Amino acid sequence: MTKNRTTAQGFSRRTFLGTGAAVLATPMLSRRAFAAPTELTMLAWYGHAEPDIVAEFEAENNVKFVPKYYTGGDNMLGLISQSPPGTFDVILSDAEYVQALNAAGYVEELDANDYALSDYFPEFQNFPGNWQDGKLFSLVTRFGFLGVAYNTDALTAAEAANYNIFWDPKLTGKVGHFDWHLPNLGQMSLLAGNANPYDIDEAAWEAVKEKTTTLRGQIGGFFDYGGTFSSLNDGQMLAFAGIGDWITGVLEKNGAKVKSVIPEQGGLQWSECFSIGKGSAKADLAKKWIQYITSAKGQAKSAQMAAYPALIPNAKGWDVLQAENPAEAARQGMTKDAGNAMDLIRTGRIQYRQWPIQQDLETWNDYWSEYKGA
Amino acid sequence: MRPRLSIYGLTFSLPLLVWQLLFFVAPLAFLVALSFWTVKNFTMRPDFDAVNWITMYGKPVFWQAYATTFALAASASVLASVLAFPASYAIAFKLSDTARRWAVFLMVIPFFTSYLVRVYSWQIFLSDAGIVNVLLGYVGLGPYPMLNTVGATMVGYMTLSLPLVILLQLFSLVFIDRNLIEAAHNMRCGRVRTVFEVVIPSARVGLVIAALFCFILTFGDFVSPVYLGGGDPTTLSILITDTTKSGQQWPRAAVIALTMIGTLLAVAFFAVRFAYAGNAKGARK
Repeated sequence: MTKNRTTAQGFSRRTFLGTGAAVLATPMLSRRAFAAPTELTMLAWYGHAEPDIVAEFEAENNVKFVPKYYTGGDNMLGLISQSPPGTFDVILSDAEYVQALNAAGYVEELDANDYALSDYFPEFQNFPGNWQDGKLFSLVTRFGFLGVAYNTDALTAAEAANYNIFWDPKLTGKVGHFDWHLPNLGQMSLLAGNANPYDIDEAAWEAVKEKTTTLRGQIGGFFDYGGTFSSLNDGQMLAFAGIGDWITGVLEKNGAKVKSVIPEQGGLQWSECFSIGKGSAKADLAKKWIQYITSAKGQAKSAQMAAYPALIPNAKGWDVLQAENPAEAARQGMTKDAGNAMDLIRTGRIQYRQWPIQQDLETWNDYWSEYKGA
Repeated sequence: MRPRLSIYGLTFSLPLLVWQLLFFVAPLAFLVALSFWTVKNFTMRPDFDAVNWITMYGKPVFWQAYATTFALAASASVLASVLAFPASYAIAFKLSDTARRWAVFLMVIPFFTSYLVRVYSWQIFLSDAGIVNVLLGYVGLGPYPMLNTVGATMVGYMTLSLPLVILLQLFSLVFIDRNLIEAAHNMRCGRVRTVFEVVIPSARVGLVIAALFCFILTFGDFVSPVYLGGGDPTTLSILITDTTKSGQQWPRAAVIALTMIGTLLAVAFFAVRFAYAGNAKGARK
């Protein structure tokens, strides 16, 4: 009969070794239990990697987003081109820049079967710019309309529902421009009667320039993102061209007397799309994020983003939003009522914001600089 | 006989040289090279093409922005110098040593706060429903449009440069030989005439350098023209951002930046020459 050797305190050698091994292994166990979250880099407009949008996904997947925010598509392209491949796992881009991302080989091809595209409204299932040569490279995740933004103390909705209101003498010096040529000149092109505001010939372009130039005397300033917010909020500007609910929606929620309206000449549509960065070492996780944010639940969150609200292309997302926050669904027109956001698109009142087709981008930008300096 | 290089001397002079090479000469050389690059499909390519110079210098809007920026910076320099002089004169000649130290401290305090924050806070004062117009309203005046005007831009420029201009003027005024002032008074020269005939010529170098610093700071400023001037009129700094928004045209932005650097170098050269010209003439007499 063998007998365990025991110490004076009553520990056997086996117990001692076992306890020791358990103590030594504890840090390893706890390391597994409390593993550091995987970092997922996101290149996006401000707000997309803030807690109101990503907290749930981060907790469920033990992920920590590391955002790099940009201020405009050119800024985004600059950041990507100056970074080694694989720097950004997830890239959010305005739709007109997706083709530039594609052309430069900055994004991975997506498999349409991985995403709930069938839940999307038909208009967004084959969204232009997302596809190239039958291949999917990005997925539209939210969009919004650009029209006339106005101070509700200064103008009625009926008055604001026409781009000609910008020329009203009572608004002299009180009309602001969001300082980017594409939305402003697109709106002027709509006012000039161009059904496809960015696909215009030279004569039509000259007419757009001529009409726009007559507005210069009404303009109180050219503002960036922050300046647009503050000048509308404090009533310094009473009407604004080139923006929409993505600015006024935030101010409206905070009690400012501002709104946006789609004028009778029509409005423009901006669209944001998610892609997976070329060479991402975490492409699976990036895919999982895009699946989440394009799902009905993620879409409802996206629609209510604290930084700036937006419309969502997922029809089931509309249902979730209506159940969660009916007031916001109604405010943004994401209800089943007639005249909702999809009806605006289907009745042809909304055109995509895009790069000019018959002129190059530089031509439009040069005119914008001339206009500003006039 | 050439002075011999010593390790002691190099220890103190080399870091400055390395610093200048790394953080001034190298970036400047890169900026020059960048201005000859080309852009295709939003991608910059190393090249040696003068197209960016030809394009930018061929644009009326560039020269318009150049003239505007130069005029604004020159006006700011004159305004800041005129506004600063009574303050720096009073601090230099009328205050006790203790009060002068406090005054210098107060001039330094604005630099503790971000310039951007200070400019944003001016919006609260200058907007149509802002503090200034509300106060004017109490006496039955206004409201006057102040924000998004050239005047507001000038307020921002003063916020940026006035404390520095006062300090630079002050440092030249305190070193004026008081015997010269006393001699002027003894010879029945009035107070105002003494300022113009003795004080200002004696402090000429410092006064010109102070104005030059104001010009340098305001010529390249982006914050005030945008957040107080409403981006109207277009200055060169605004034109740089506009240019980069047009398909990654950083090479054209480099042309604007290099033109600005060249202008500042030329202005600094002439300002320093003007400042010391009087001294040299004086020395010959």
